[in-house]
Amino acid sequence: MNKTTLQVEAGKQELFIYREFDAPRDLVFKAFTDANLLAQWMNPCNMTMHIDEYESVDGGAYHFTHTDPMGGKHVFRGVMHEVNAPERLIRTFEYLNLPERGHVVLDVLTLESLPGNRTRLTIQSVFRSVADRDGMVQAGMENGVTESHQLLDGLLARLSVRNMAIPMG
Amino acid sequence: MQTRRDVFQAIADPIRRDIIGLVARQSMNLNSIAENFEVSRPAISQHIKVLMECGLVSIRRQGRERYCEARLAPLADVADWMEPFRKMWDRQFTALDQLLDRLKSEQTTRTKSEQATRTKSEQATKNNKNKKP
Repeated sequence: MNKTTLQVEAGKQELFIYREFDAPRDLVFKAFTDANLLAQWMNPCNMTMHIDEYESVDGGAYHFTHTDPMGGKHVFRGVMHEVNAPERLIRTFEYLNLPERGHVVLDVLTLESLPGNRTRLTIQSVFRSVADRDGMVQAGMENGVTESHQLLDGLLARLSVRNMAIPMG
Repeated sequence: MQTRRDVFQAIADPIRRDIIGLVARQSMNLNSIAENFEVSRPAISQHIKVLMECGLVSIRRQGRERYCEARLAPLADVADWMEPFRKMWDRQFTALDQLLDRLKSEQTTRTKSEQATRTKSEQATKNNKNKKP
């Protein structure tokens, strides 16, 4: 099975996301750049995605809204810096629900062809500060798994396995 | 709906958390585990089955006895603070896998029907040529 791995080093302003797909590179690229296709898979945490604007050209703008199951709206926007089919996509990314503007992220998506019609995706996200990066990663916690994590923390404290080696990715 | 089988599911129940706590100290047979709880033995077996499916315990047979052993590595995996973020991406990429599979099969069908049309028209051209005197 294809596994999603992360590289998040302490004290850095960037993170990397890695994933392989059983599909040729042009198809994977299309799934990231065609708004109709994007809306079919980019639905984190049971949200629905509404794309207001998605121009997959150099300098094109994009703007989309995720609606969570409670009806809360999460708005994102950014600009495509480079759309270089089928190998690279560079864009800015900003979550507009934050208390202040300006916490923008630079995403570089790279697609590599692998033997057997497979494709390797690397997403490098560069943040304005370490706090911005850690905040984004931490946000994953806020989506309904917090309670499980508290339970897990309690259990781990009892088992004293907190300091077990944590496999990266 | 398919039942989720992961570490979060495993630890969602207080009895299952206690079972993990017990067998983490030493492997135990099913009867000894059940003696620690007021619920029925079948209920304990059911919890152990869930824990096995979640990869948190395994059963080792020794003679006539079945010993339950803890497998704690998956716990360390989710204890990692970035795991929910990774999982969020992983769920999306799994949806993308399904979309890509669908696109691939559509592409294959399209190529096949195009080939069929081409072969037919080539055949027709050939037949026409043959008809010519």
